[in-house]
Amino acid sequence: MTSPRQNTQQEMSAEIQAIASTYRQSLAAGAAPLTQPSLDYAPYRSSILRHPTKNLHHTDPETIELASPAFGHQDVSPLEADLTIVHNGEPQGERIKVAGRVLDGDGRPVAGQLVEIWQANAAGRYIHKRDQHPAPIDPNFTGVGRCITGADGSYAFTTIKPGAYPWKNHINAWRPAHIHFSLFGSEFTQRIITQMYFPGDQLFPLDPIYQSIVDQDARDRLVATYNHELTSPEWSLGYNWDIVLTGPKRTWTETEALGEDGEHHG
Amino acid sequence: MANTMDKLTPTPGQTVGPFFGYALPFEKDNELAAPGRPGSIRLQGTVTDGAGAPIPDAILEIWQPNADGNIVAETGSLVRDGYTFTGWGRASTGNTGRYTFTTVNPGATRPGAAPFIAVVLFARGLTNRLFTRIYLPEDTAALAADPLLASLPEERRSTLLASREPDGGLRWDLRLQGDGETVFLEFDGARHAPAQGA
Ligand SMILES: [Fe+2]
Repeated sequence: MTSPRQNTQQEMSAEIQAIASTYRQSLAAGAAPLTQPSLDYAPYRSSILRHPTKNLHHTDPETIELASPAFGHQDVSPLEADLTIVHNGEPQGERIKVAGRVLDGDGRPVAGQLVEIWQANAAGRYIHKRDQHPAPIDPNFTGVGRCITGADGSYAFTTIKPGAYPWKNHINAWRPAHIHFSLFGSEFTQRIITQMYFPGDQLFPLDPIYQSIVDQDARDRLVATYNHELTSPEWSLGYNWDIVLTGPKRTWTETEALGEDGEHHG
Repeated sequence: MANTMDKLTPTPGQTVGPFFGYALPFEKDNELAAPGRPGSIRLQGTVTDGAGAPIPDAILEIWQPNADGNIVAETGSLVRDGYTFTGWGRASTGNTGRYTFTTVNPGATRPGAAPFIAVVLFARGLTNRLFTRIYLPEDTAALAADPLLASLPEERRSTLLASREPDGGLRWDLRLQGDGETVFLEFDGARHAPAQGA
């Protein structure tokens, strides 16, 4: 059960490090690396009553699960990819461009699919009504963006670098700066929501959400790369971040069968 | 020699967090079919945690065939025109942990298949998305022959079955943990046949 008092960061870090140490031992003993977060990760306190206790049930995806909802340019305006032009004035903070590609597990581009993002403002404050952080709201920044990937799987957003923010997981808990990303693939099985981080953040080792991914290589996949080529003179800093979805799960046989029926939704 | 089985490692998921409520919901996000149109039904239920408490900050998405069992490829989910069925919708739980969709009964995608709705769940406190299915309760022969349901013990199988309400709607509750814990799925898929001697 939850402890009668909140833990200190020191206690929290000890918990995080104990789990990390157990994981390193399992790797050393030959276990396969874990590429996804642990659903049961007690340092993230809200997960304690919100993780399934039974193993995920292995099954072959079928029909609808091998297709994906379709989104198009009637769903999303190209203007929604620029989070800095939503209001009449310029938002406060460091203007950035975040760009990359959405790929499937075979390295093929995921074209024409929806990407949604949301984030705190430069001071670490969300517009959300339940955000109690006493940092200023920026009247010129909402922090919500959308786009449709290009034929090469590319996406690009112009926004403001979000600030770190406190939360109540433990005493003096702070989230490293991040942008929430929501992604669709060409199959429903590829649906994912995740968070993109910025390189070199000193809060990484202290954050139970980031550390819920116990594998260092896997965690690194959420960290964008600074790219000076993407930086615009006198205007904005550039970050690259590519996203790889799971799968595809569809077999050749199924692809051929769907093709014959004229119901191929790749 | 190039290893044909090489593939990229997927990017990890992360929790949707507490502050998606101003970003992910959109107008008519949960109305796959306009309420009151012929054939439209309500699909509703409650999302609860391991203590049986409702989860007020969860978000569900459903993806389903149309009433004829066809998988549609229609755009327009984010800006609904009121008559095009896109097959996809999104619903946030409120303070009571309750979600609601307006949709149609999914048809069987092939003769004898058990009709179901694909579901993905996100929530604060949930470190990664969870997939599951909602089966229609009526076609007992198809349900008995369904490969996924057949692979589950009886007490777990029932967590994937909706119940039919007197008004024709569907009721399906999701329990994240504990008694009656919903079955969540990990998809295998045969992928491509392994290259011989690779
Ligand atoms: Fe956040």
